[in-house]
Amino acid sequence: MSVEAMPRVAVVGNPNTGKSTLFNALTGLRQRVGNYPGVTVARKSGVCELADGRRVELVDLPGLYSLAAVSPDERVVVDALLGRVQGERAPDVVLVVCDATNLLRNLFLASQVAELGLPMAIVVNQIDVARARGLEVDGPLLSDRLGGVPVALVSAWKGEGVADVRRAIDWALARRRALPPVSWPEPVGEAIAMVSLAAERATGRPVPPALAQRLLFDSAPTIAEAIGWSLAAREAPVRAGRDQVRRAGFNPPAAEPMVHYARLRAALEGVVRGGEADSRGSRVDRVLLHRVAGPVCFAAIMLGLFWSVFALAKAPMQWIQHGVDLAKAFAAGQLSGTPMLQSLVADGVIGGVGAFLAFLPQILILFLFVGILEDSGYMARAAFIMDRLFSWCGLNGKSFVPLLSGFACAIPGLLSTRTIEDPKARLATAFTVPFMSCSARFPIYALMCAAFIGPRYGAFWESVAMVGMHLVGLLVAVPTAFVLTRFILKVRPAPFVLELPRYQLPKPRDVLWRMWQNAFEFVSKAGTVIFAITFVVWALTYFPRDPEVAARVRAESASLAPEQAEARVQAAYVEQSWMGRFGKAVQPAFDPCGFDWKLTVGVLASFPAREVIVSTLGITYSLGEGAEADSEDLRAAMREARWTEGPRVGTPIFTLPAVLALMIFFALCSQCGSTVATLAQEAGSWRWAAASFLYMTTLAWLAATAVYQLGTVLLA
Amino acid sequence: MVSLSKLLPGQFGKVVALNSERAVDQRLMALGLLPGMVVKVVRRAPLGDPIALSFGGLEICLREVEAKDILIDIAADCPVPRRPRA
Repeated sequence: MSVEAMPRVAVVGNPNTGKSTLFNALTGLRQRVGNYPGVTVARKSGVCELADGRRVELVDLPGLYSLAAVSPDERVVVDALLGRVQGERAPDVVLVVCDATNLLRNLFLASQVAELGLPMAIVVNQIDVARARGLEVDGPLLSDRLGGVPVALVSAWKGEGVADVRRAIDWALARRRALPPVSWPEPVGEAIAMVSLAAERATGRPVPPALAQRLLFDSAPTIAEAIGWSLAAREAPVRAGRDQVRRAGFNPPAAEPMVHYARLRAALEGVVRGGEADSRGSRVDRVLLHRVAGPVCFAAIMLGLFWSVFALAKAPMQWIQHGVDLAKAFAAGQLSGTPMLQSLVADGVIGGVGAFLAFLPQILILFLFVGILEDSGYMARAAFIMDRLFSWCGLNGKSFVPLLSGFACAIPGLLSTRTIEDPKARLATAFTVPFMSCSARFPIYALMCAAFIGPRYGAFWESVAMVGMHLVGLLVAVPTAFVLTRFILKVRPAPFVLELPRYQLPKPRDVLWRMWQNAFEFVSKAGTVIFAITFVVWALTYFPRDPEVAARVRAESASLAPEQAEARVQAAYVEQSWMGRFGKAVQPAFDPCGFDWKLTVGVLASFPAREVIVSTLGITYSLGEGAEADSEDLRAAMREARWTEGPRVGTPIFTLPAVLALMIFFALCSQCGSTVATLAQEAGSWRWAAASFLYMTTLAWLAATAVYQLGTVLLA
Repeated sequence: MVSLSKLLPGQFGKVVALNSERAVDQRLMALGLLPGMVVKVVRRAPLGDPIALSFGGLEICLREVEAKDILIDIAADCPVPRRPRA
């Protein structure tokens, strides 16, 4: 049976209820991850087998507290439950996952979903944690009180009661029992009907009561735009509805939670027994959120994270590099009869894929640690500690994870901006992420430091330069975010309501599974873009190829060893390729930064990815393809490099100001095709991507020029 | 009756009213922070803002600007901290 033909079960619940753990347990990782049409929210679905072997499709909807949707994630939930997602029918059953230790608050969402009239099953999860605190939940009584909706008591973490969930789904599909809708006080009910009618008349389509409630109760109902009811058209009827609610003695936004909570309190009477306050979490927080110890622990955890990302990834990165080199050599050997195909496969395809794969270990490790921090409950604390700093420049504590990820790679950082509710704050964060010093900048820093700063000024200044380069991006990002949020986007300070969840041991399967899913998304997203751009840049650097050039260079270097002569031929080819010609033509634009034509070609050729600069320099400095950041030959060749024309003829190219200018240029520039593409996608328009590219490139040029010119004057 | 943002860490009281026209208050009410609910200020972030609150078995953080409009009746048995903040 195809997935589309299976009964569909939507899984909803508050954040931190163990919803994903349960989803993984039910589907056994037979999952598909896609995207909802038109929005950048991941659609996770999987197949769950019931006791009798029947299969149902489970859709894991993003966690939310209320159907009063603010963020894109929350809007998707409302749309999916209403059957408003393009090409998707409404679910047959809604599985509401609740936290046993906080049943009342978790059932609020269930009570709201009941207004949709959908059949429901309720999962009371984390029952083990509740029992450990002496809380007893009476499942049958709860089911009784909720109109006969099936209830399963579960510990998804321990894998207990998962079979009961399957039974509950089966039962819900068969009996299609819905939680009874709340009984609104009469005037409120009338107001809902009034708004529903007005909306129906204005849009020409039926507007169910649940939708009318959103229009009536929410201060900024996102659903109104979606059903095509303009602000001007809805203002009068909605105001009339609210006045009616007010006359009944309710504050319109308070009416909904008060009515729901009142009925749930009554329903839970006698269902939950016993219990004592849990003080373990607060004892941990007394240290981790302490005024002094808190930030110290935070800094230690972040330093540990970075150290691990770089240290643990080092060996696998070398293996990948080694494997890529072997593959290149093998391909080159096989295709030596056809030089163009040889170059295309070895340099274009394998080189491009390899340059990209080399960063995969770091990204996997980053995702792993971010997953552990999230599942343990620390990430919310980190946002709590950092919010003050971020709110000062118009962002909020939730911007912290994207910016942190940006230090490994901008792509996962951009993808994780989706959890930020306010669209403007999300955009501002996405705009700031590429300034974080990602690991693709590392090779050029390493090359310049090892070639020039280390030998001349010692290891101390070498590490100062390394750390300094990582700080440059931050120093620029802060005023950028400040100006962007205050003056351009005019972000109103977004409300910051964040749950500080109970600390919990992360479940390895969940963390690893999410790491794998994120990595897969990264590879499919960034990989294709990098691949395409790498191909274009390869072609520009390869063509045209005049055999006379090779003959001339070979004749000139007859006295040299064959490999050296061959390297010179490669360099000559690059010099007269489209890219080389273009680099020479635009070199005057980069002259103020102290870049010669070879560096200019390097800058242009590294548009797909920053790290490409190192291998391009390897070619233009006649060392052949295999140059790496730690290549002593390349360092020596660069130290020898001198200006061959212009006013500085005969003087070394890589003076200290030029070295610093090059590093600063790469710290600030936007040389990453996949970042630009991902930014366009996440921001929903190429305009923002273009703005980011222009802004970063201009800043990079200005900073490099300032450093080079000032430095040259000061050192003269 | 005082503003929630004036409560010191460790102090608690009953919610009297929220500024119900704001989306943030709607979110808080959905979480159960309704008039009559007892809310406690657990701590402040190391830099003074936001504030960590606990109510109904839930711990959340909220910025001072958002807490300002929430009015609280301080409980009679509420502890008075030894060292008031300046």
